[in-house]
Amino acid sequence: MSISVEVHDMTVAYHRRPVLWNVDVTLPSGVLIGVIGPNGAGKSTFLKAVLGLVPIASGWAKVLGQPLSKVRTRIGYIPQRESVDWEFPVSVKDVVLMGRYGRLGWVRRPGPEDNKAAMLALSTVGMETYSQRQIGQLSGGQQQRVFLARAIAQDADVYFMDEPFAGVDAATEAQIVEVLRGMRARGKTVLAVHHDLQTVAEYFDYVVLLNMRLVAAGPTSDVFTKENLHKTYGGRLTLLVDAAEAVRTATAKQIL
Amino acid sequence: MNEFIRLVLLQDPNTRVVLAGAGLLGVCAGVLGVFVVLRRRALVGDAIAHAALPGIGASFLIFGERNVVALLAGAFVFGLLGVLCIAAIQMWTRVKEDAALGIVLSSFFGLGLVLSRIAQSTPGGNKAGLDGYIFGKAASMVQSDVLVIALVAVTTLVVVAFFFKELRLVCFDRSFAASIGRPVGMIDFVLLALVCVCVIAGLPAVGVVLTAALLIIPAAGARFWTDRLGYLVFIAGLFGAGAACIGVAMSAALPIPAGSRGWPTGAMIVLAAAAIFMVSMLLAPQRGVLAAVARRVAFKRKMSLEHVLRAAYEVTEDRKPGGFSWSINEIVRHIDGQAGLQRIINRAVRAGLVKKYIHGTRAGQYTLTDDGAIEATRLVRAHRLWEHFLIRHADIAPDHVHRGADELEHILPTEMIRAIELELGSTLPPAPPSPHQVVQGVRLEGNP
Repeated sequence: MSISVEVHDMTVAYHRRPVLWNVDVTLPSGVLIGVIGPNGAGKSTFLKAVLGLVPIASGWAKVLGQPLSKVRTRIGYIPQRESVDWEFPVSVKDVVLMGRYGRLGWVRRPGPEDNKAAMLALSTVGMETYSQRQIGQLSGGQQQRVFLARAIAQDADVYFMDEPFAGVDAATEAQIVEVLRGMRARGKTVLAVHHDLQTVAEYFDYVVLLNMRLVAAGPTSDVFTKENLHKTYGGRLTLLVDAAEAVRTATAKQIL
Repeated sequence: MNEFIRLVLLQDPNTRVVLAGAGLLGVCAGVLGVFVVLRRRALVGDAIAHAALPGIGASFLIFGERNVVALLAGAFVFGLLGVLCIAAIQMWTRVKEDAALGIVLSSFFGLGLVLSRIAQSTPGGNKAGLDGYIFGKAASMVQSDVLVIALVAVTTLVVVAFFFKELRLVCFDRSFAASIGRPVGMIDFVLLALVCVCVIAGLPAVGVVLTAALLIIPAAGARFWTDRLGYLVFIAGLFGAGAACIGVAMSAALPIPAGSRGWPTGAMIVLAAAAIFMVSMLLAPQRGVLAAVARRVAFKRKMSLEHVLRAAYEVTEDRKPGGFSWSINEIVRHIDGQAGLQRIINRAVRAGLVKKYIHGTRAGQYTLTDDGAIEATRLVRAHRLWEHFLIRHADIAPDHVHRGADELEHILPTEMIRAIELELGSTLPPAPPSPHQVVQGVRLEGNP
């Protein structure tokens, strides 16, 4: 089985305060991978660090066996829905077309082929009739589906999705799962931050359990166990939290 | 008056120069303003303008004469320095962006005032010339000023046209832009540098104090008219140019108060922009305040009409055919009084939903027409289905459900009503009665 994401001794800090310590993990490709952990465990940070969106303090991450800059066009990303302003003056189709910008490069405008890809992506998520709507007129579930359509339009090999199920209704959730399975059937890999422990076993083949450090990673049937969940959620890692705080205050004192 | 006619007809070459300069500046600021406002960076322009003042004072002190290029270069350097200071304060201390902005803006402005006072006391220091940079003096613009502005405007428009896609992407979704490898920091910096150049080019005409308004107000006003970024940029540019030209024209044409040195052009331009904003805010067809009020009034009217239809249905629903007429008093009793009921019923009559009996024993009474009966049945259905749904599935007490349903019956889409019918289908008797004490013996038809 080939490797989708490989992370070696990766530590990530926000404002000098470490939020992820020394993560080592190797993930297969062609599977749906759930990134699981409590609030503040560093799940979003894990995705962002692998994508180079936040600086890595130490260690490295590779995607598809190569440094990130070599494989940008083979990577898709769905940020958290609340991270953008949905009052922004763009239409649904404009947003989906952004999925094509990576291959278009600078300056060049989307052509007929990109339009076709965008409309196809919209119909995959059942939103083709909304293509001309302003994005602010959509419900939360519809907004999430627009983001998913943008990812489909990217036609990437490895997808990073930050809470794709957050704030969506049951019908939308089922539809998104359907789309993810379709992606897997076409050999694509999906890493998704996920919150609902009830559905982990049903949705994901593989899980990454995080709580400021890697607790466990592996096939869901092996790793998604009571014991590992207890390690991930039970007992706050006071020592790690305290140490992070100590690092932050120490550096802050030197500067101030 | 004569002067006004000369102005309108652009007979005065000087007026032509000034209007061209102001118009180009307005286009440039309006277009850039769209992206600045969308990036939530609206006040950065203000900081740049204020931070630029010490640069003007300093270059005057160093180069002595009023050397336009040196003045603008000094302004540019200090403007950028101000922006860097804001970033540095945020990066190295716990001071937040708004406070950092306020600190830099006022300190640089203070320094600028002190420096220009010193400059004015030096030999050759022209008091009026430097004051012009604070409040704006478009009338003093000469051809070389306009050339500078034209260069800036063309550069801005070319950059925005070429990188429209990238600017939209970075303003809308930074982290996605970064994930596909766009250098978001660089794009941000280019935008900021353009804003800086535009603000500096505008300083002689609009002045330090009010330049930021030309960035913010046209963009904010244009947002009322469109949901598309392309049109937004176009309209904002138009508004900016309009405001600048109107402001210049007014400050040239209005009689100058005795004893003063003329109208401050910057202030006139900002007032013109504010007027355009006000008109947009009030009159824009979709997002304007008046349109919103009109929508609310229309919905209120629809709601009161529908309440009467439902009342007419409910007061007659357990009667035999032939007894379906009703009087206003019955409706008043049923819906607990309602102001303007007669007018609402007249409206229903005009809409063909209600018929009034003129002759015979029932003269003065009303009845629902076929159309009215269909509509009333639909409303009663929506109302009661929602009530049943709340009671069964949301565990809400029967005496609590009426008010919510009273509003929802007007807006529940057909698909949702169907969904509720399916949801309740198996447990609901074929004729769902009203779940509370208002009416009894309800018969609804067409249960799935």
